[in-house]
Amino acid sequence: MSAEQILEVKNLKKYFSTKRGPLHAVDNVSFTIGRGKTLGIVGESGCGKSTLGRTILRLLQPTGGEVTFEGKNLNALSDNEMRLMRREMQIIFQDPFSSLNPRMTISQTIEEPLKRHKAYATKGERRNRVAELMDTVGLARRLYNTYPHELDGGRRQRIGIARALALDPKFIVCDEPVSALDVSIQAQILNLMKELQEQFKLTYMFITHDLSVVYHFSDDIAVMYLGRMVEKAPADELFANPLHPYTKALLSAIPIPSLHNRSQRIIMKGEIGSPINPQNECRFSGRCMYASAQCLNNEPELVEVEPSHFVSCFLCPSNS
Amino acid sequence: MDGNNKANSPYALEISDLAVEFRTRKNVVKALNGLNLKILKGHTLGLVGETGAGKTTTGLSILKLVPDPPGVITRGTILLDGESVLEKSQHQMQKIRGKAVSMIFQDPMTSLNPVLTVEQQIAEVIMAHEAVSSPDARKKARDMLELVGIPGERSTEYPHQFSGGMRQRVVIAIALACNPDMLIADEPTTALDVTIQAQILEMMKALKEKYNTAMLMITHDLGIVAEVCDEVSVIYAGRIVEHGTLADVFDHTLHPYTKGLFNSLPNMENRTAKLRPIKGLMPDPSNLPPGCAFADRCDHAMDICRKEQPRELYCNGEHFVACHLYSEASIEQEGSVTHER
Repeated sequence: MSAEQILEVKNLKKYFSTKRGPLHAVDNVSFTIGRGKTLGIVGESGCGKSTLGRTILRLLQPTGGEVTFEGKNLNALSDNEMRLMRREMQIIFQDPFSSLNPRMTISQTIEEPLKRHKAYATKGERRNRVAELMDTVGLARRLYNTYPHELDGGRRQRIGIARALALDPKFIVCDEPVSALDVSIQAQILNLMKELQEQFKLTYMFITHDLSVVYHFSDDIAVMYLGRMVEKAPADELFANPLHPYTKALLSAIPIPSLHNRSQRIIMKGEIGSPINPQNECRFSGRCMYASAQCLNNEPELVEVEPSHFVSCFLCPSNS
Repeated sequence: MDGNNKANSPYALEISDLAVEFRTRKNVVKALNGLNLKILKGHTLGLVGETGAGKTTTGLSILKLVPDPPGVITRGTILLDGESVLEKSQHQMQKIRGKAVSMIFQDPMTSLNPVLTVEQQIAEVIMAHEAVSSPDARKKARDMLELVGIPGERSTEYPHQFSGGMRQRVVIAIALACNPDMLIADEPTTALDVTIQAQILEMMKALKEKYNTAMLMITHDLGIVAEVCDEVSVIYAGRIVEHGTLADVFDHTLHPYTKGLFNSLPNMENRTAKLRPIKGLMPDPSNLPPGCAFADRCDHAMDICRKEQPRELYCNGEHFVACHLYSEASIEQEGSVTHER
């Protein structure tokens, strides 16, 4: 791993056992994220994008594979070492309504990680840090002693961001941070997160189902389908030149708020399959209009077909 | 008496000056404050706005389903195909709901009955409105399922056996079962993934054209409006602030709030362009300002905006804006200026 890469994920697997067999939520996913960059992870519900984020942070124990953060193999760390490592790696959750403790005030919520990690020696210093964090994320000081239910979604998400920033992390997993918000508020939060990234040199893994948001926000974008990464490329390249049939259909399904440059929709047949006990076949083959015998008998690997453009599909020349 | 103008009305729905309040012990929440809305027969109107703007209350008012108490319709009229809804009794409304007007709700997980098969749920609507036998109603129910793309042999399954997209198809089959003149779709695809959303929107468009149904499409997504609607009304704090055809509102945007909505969206042509969000928050509906409700968030707010509610100014045909920035003299030129995004 070069010094440019802050995070490397190799063959990461997370299976859940169910009555009907193992559910492959994340299956053999490998990628790297460059320091100070944003990797967007997109996919539909059930594709494993949130599980991927949580497994990287070891909030879920991986079934297999390796996560290397700043040169350290996270899976080899003891629970105690991992706890220390969490100062560097944080998460912002989707739902600002259920991810905050309703019985804690804003300041208590933001102070919690500082207390847990004994970041400051005195109460006074800790309180100063809380006030500073509230300024950073644009929460008025008068809200210091308010409770989450008194605030709107945008402000609640600012609390979640302040809490994630409290310990000066280097890497933040953002799990659908703006999905529950109205567009005008969504734009405020996205701008804030961009500013924070520049100010604190943060690296983001930005998980979302909203393709226009991920396009705006990310340097690189990875597309997931049923636990597999099917395509990964720089944002402009992915939107200009999508190669995987699923990516193509997904991009064409975005409703564009403009009356001009409307492109032809690719309407995909069927719905997402089951991640339980997947067979040795391309997981998209059931919905793919180009599926051939090869797709039903083998599972394609993620291959670099052009510089930094990875695809997992037999249709792409260098993959067949 | 209503029968006379019925055939003459070109509108499937006409709402004028509608005001709805929710009265609680603590305060009075003014959900709608003089809302005006019209939908031509066979047309689709998009009603766009943010959480709490009054979109769903508008939909529920049309069917007289606003929970009372605490909801009270304090003034205004609602005409469905020329007939006044507010004068109808609950009994008369039962004949209208599902027959003349149907509603599709946002969440397909909770709007179906979990202990009835989907076939029974569709047949229930048909038998409530048409004099048919149970076997005939069931047969028609299966036809409706096929129409929305669900194989007829799945008709005896229960809602939990279907995926989210399929359940929304069932809800649509129920809504269309009696061939309504008008459909109210309240965020019909918000709970669905984009590829499934694309399937459902495509299907709704096709069915609407086939049956020439008028539709009120309630949504927060301007992309969906561009996709399926003919006209669009932008709602803010219980009033329509701008209305027009898609070309009027998308390419000749007048109201600062509408402009703000567009500027808040990521630009697909220039992805690194900084988003320009609307500052501040929606006003508290239990404590609305006396003037324009948007004034506090508006970059162009003037003294008059805080004192007086703006009137609707028409610029061409149906395109109107409620904003003090425009006057009768200035508005006609404005309509021809293409705004820059």
